[in-house]
Amino acid sequence: MFLSQNVNNVAVVDSLKRAAQNNSDPSWIMHHVLDGHSISFEPFGTLLLPQFHIFGFDLSITKHVFFIFLIAAILILIALLAARSYKKSIIPKGFANLFEVLILFVRDEIVAPSIGKGYETYLPYLLTLFFFILLSNLFGLIPYSVTVTGNIAVTAALASISFVVTQFAGIKSHGTIKYFKGLVPSGMPKLILIIIIPLEILGLFTKPFALCIRLFANMIAGHIVIFSLLGLIFIMHSIYVAPVSVGFALFIELLELLVAVIQAYIFTMLTALFIGMSVHSDH
Amino acid sequence: MNLAWLAAGIGAGLVVIGAGIGIGKLAASAMDSMGRQPEAISPIRTAMIIAAALIEGVSFFGLVICILLAFKA
Repeated sequence: MFLSQNVNNVAVVDSLKRAAQNNSDPSWIMHHVLDGHSISFEPFGTLLLPQFHIFGFDLSITKHVFFIFLIAAILILIALLAARSYKKSIIPKGFANLFEVLILFVRDEIVAPSIGKGYETYLPYLLTLFFFILLSNLFGLIPYSVTVTGNIAVTAALASISFVVTQFAGIKSHGTIKYFKGLVPSGMPKLILIIIIPLEILGLFTKPFALCIRLFANMIAGHIVIFSLLGLIFIMHSIYVAPVSVGFALFIELLELLVAVIQAYIFTMLTALFIGMSVHSDH
Repeated sequence: MNLAWLAAGIGAGLVVIGAGIGIGKLAASAMDSMGRQPEAISPIRTAMIIAAALIEGVSFFGLVICILLAFKA
């Protein structure tokens, strides 16, 4: 990694100038929102990230991968620091206090009412999910930073892992054959079964797909609106648009703060609900 | 002249109409029930926010398709 004063700096500034000259070129918005091989600290320079191509797969460290590692390191650090203060006394003080409030909120409001009796097995995964999504969404609001959950690959991975945990929960509590048999209601004529079985299997997949798209679209939509509002200043070629534009962008950024917290809560709550629905036999 | 941009614009407008009607009905019945039972305001508010996020999630499906149309055209 080395600091390069000119390489990608030119690309971003030029794309803004191009957008200012040619009004119908929105490519600079996607340049800020999509993944890339460099992190740009705009007036100061650009950090080029290492690229590895192994066996034909592109495994290079891109912008989003770097920030996933950063968020994971911060989460591990926070959790270790909070756990250490429990060695001194059972009553947490200071920093661990905040952490305990959030953990108790997830456990008592989200996990325990949805899953019921055996919730301790799934509590670590749901806590990890909640804190990762919360921290990723909040990181997206910092200048020069990227929203990791604004990448559909990341939300698809989170939704797939939630899907696997949901099926695993159902199989563990009912047994494999009984769980999949429980998908179709009993006592149907054979002809309807031919339609119902593919329909139920497809219905298994729509719920994680909706989770994925909901989180991705909520994060991306806010950022695209903010970029478009700020880009109006360049497209209109006048500085007097700036107070209105920055005012609206500030308001939308505050709304994004609310949406960030709510989306973390919704993702975790829906995953806990699906796990609860798999564990309890509902037919 | 590209019809995909027109489609994206009309689509986004229709998506906003749908989400607006849905969340408007949700807010109306939440206000009614809060006025009817003031001691249940806090659970109703929590359920209202959750339902609003889910309805917005559905509207974002349409929005993502409109964005794909607008940027691929």
